[in-house]
Amino acid sequence: MSAQSTNGRAITEGRIARRFQALRAEGRAGLVTFITAGDPDAGTCQALLNGLPGAGADLIELGLPFTDPMADGPAIQASSLRALHAGASTKRTLELVRNFRRGDADTPIILMGYYNPIYSYGVDRFLADAVEAGVDGLIIVDLPPEEDEELCLPALKAGVNFIRLATPTTDDKRLPAVMANTSGFVYYVSIAGITGTASAASSDIGAAVARLKRHTDLPVAVGFGIKTAEQAASVARLADAAVVGSAIVTRIADSLDAAGKPKAGLVEDVLGFVAGLAQGVRAARG
Amino acid sequence: MTRPNTYRSGPDDRGHFGIYGGRFVAETLMPLILEVERAYNEARNDPAFEAEMRGHLKQYVGRPNPLYYAERLTEKLGGARIYFKREELNHTGAHKINNCIGQILLARRMGKKRIIAETGAGQHGVATATVCALFDMPCVVYMGETDIARQQPNVFRMKLLGAEVRSVTSGAKTLKDAMNEALRDWVTNVADTYYLIGTAAGPHPYPTIVRDFQSVIGEEVWTQMMELEGRLPDSLVACVGGGSNAIGLFHPFLDEPTVRMVGVEAAGRGIDKGPLDHAASITGGRPGVLHGNRTYLLQDEDGQIIEGHSISAGLDYPGVGPEHAWLNDIGRIEYVSATDDETLEAFQLCARTEGIIPALESAHALAEVVKRAPTLPKDHLMVLCLSGRGDKDIFSVAKHLGVEL
Repeated sequence: MSAQSTNGRAITEGRIARRFQALRAEGRAGLVTFITAGDPDAGTCQALLNGLPGAGADLIELGLPFTDPMADGPAIQASSLRALHAGASTKRTLELVRNFRRGDADTPIILMGYYNPIYSYGVDRFLADAVEAGVDGLIIVDLPPEEDEELCLPALKAGVNFIRLATPTTDDKRLPAVMANTSGFVYYVSIAGITGTASAASSDIGAAVARLKRHTDLPVAVGFGIKTAEQAASVARLADAAVVGSAIVTRIADSLDAAGKPKAGLVEDVLGFVAGLAQGVRAARG
Repeated sequence: MTRPNTYRSGPDDRGHFGIYGGRFVAETLMPLILEVERAYNEARNDPAFEAEMRGHLKQYVGRPNPLYYAERLTEKLGGARIYFKREELNHTGAHKINNCIGQILLARRMGKKRIIAETGAGQHGVATATVCALFDMPCVVYMGETDIARQQPNVFRMKLLGAEVRSVTSGAKTLKDAMNEALRDWVTNVADTYYLIGTAAGPHPYPTIVRDFQSVIGEEVWTQMMELEGRLPDSLVACVGGGSNAIGLFHPFLDEPTVRMVGVEAAGRGIDKGPLDHAASITGGRPGVLHGNRTYLLQDEDGQIIEGHSISAGLDYPGVGPEHAWLNDIGRIEYVSATDDETLEAFQLCARTEGIIPALESAHALAEVVKRAPTLPKDHLMVLCLSGRGDKDIFSVAKHLGVEL
């Protein structure tokens, strides 16, 4: 069974598929940027989110804040706690997306997080509200294919892409199970570890992307450990997209004062950093 | 809900007890979790594994430990005949070692080279450090900064035993954060590392593994009670944080309809005081997903995890083992709670009447015995799991009693 046959509309339509088609037409890889919803506060986050496409983000991952992000490193955990401290919630995360959609009908938004806040919100109600707000996909770190009926299958039914992580520990025997209900794109986690740590060697990434492509026709995005424009460029030469998260979130943390309030120019600084990454990605296959 | 033919057949092959349990972990860990499950299923069916484990439990841990008739306490309370299952007499002073012996043998069988663990009160950390010393394996124990400060004797013990204690400063700096850090370590060092989980929670197959290794408690109680009284006990009482000593005591008796079971959670300053003042996941929480399983959790309206409070560092975990969650929902086990104050009373009562200083965890169960025993007939046989000794807690207790040591 090919990946497409299980996914129906979700894979062939929608903003994510259109964006990757457009990138392919342009002959370049995409930049996927991550920020945490509500970090460091709702207003600043909205300004960052609204500014990301203009800075060159092709797809946006928006973190759903959670107190216990077990697979993330210190930078993203800290951003989650900052957001929660400033009053972030699942409802407010969807509001950020809804506001963003008023000015941008094209850039895909993928919510990334952990299952409990969604389970607590109620899966059906969450999917309905997410679709209404303009969410295109979900990456839920602690829902492996073994738990597909929790959220993955209802999401596909609702027309929301469910993007699965593949990792160096996912062997060829397991890959078909991981790909079975994946849609939108595949997120290859290039190292066995938490976010924001070491980066993988290009040779390893190239081999891994080739291996994934034997199992799926979906675009492959590669993340974990990409901190600079040069690293983003080298990944962009090998994969369909490069994902940058911790480095952006760290940039936000560095632009806070001692009381945790944003310093003047935070939004410009962070978007400037993203613009640099985007230049790297765009020049990669130049 | 229909009543199952047996309460002992769970979990199903995907690790579910009713809606609870499961395997909610990042993809990086999934292949390893499946490997642990395969290895455990093989070990469980290997008589040599069982024999090796039983040998260590007898010669090293000191099993079977006594089922002790607490005569003075029985007289004082004036009702049920109270027995203590003396897990505090095990080597390292708590029930935790039962599980650690089993899991380190499993880790060795899997060819793992390094052990990681998390600990709250330090009892599981000490037990893990102990078996790592015994089997010559490097050991890293994650412990919240807050717990390190209030459990210094156990921190020192772990270091003496050769373990590295890593202070966890993320999140709330207690047991749940130590578990997060241990999971992060495991994700990073997945090839050579075995995560030795200390309670009957976490992703499948851990709740099953820990329950099976702790079931030696209930199995011995069964045999010993038949020898002492010629019949099964009428009720069993145990404290429940994650719930490993409780499930170990209860599980062999689940299909015996005459045996009542009571799990005692930590009510802290009082469940009615609000979610920050207790650590009673079942009696004061609701179902959610954390640390690889669905279970009852302390959480706010938005599904964010709340840091509970208990006088006992071993009980303030915001979750509980998934099998307990299921046994609660189907009504097979009754879950109640005891406050810090009730626990301190029971702690002192036990010391004075029986000459035994119990762990604060076990004193929660004792507080329920104090409430319940006087209301029961004199031929009622009640077993309390005295899961650990209280040496580690004397500083906390002294502080609460206003005594300077």
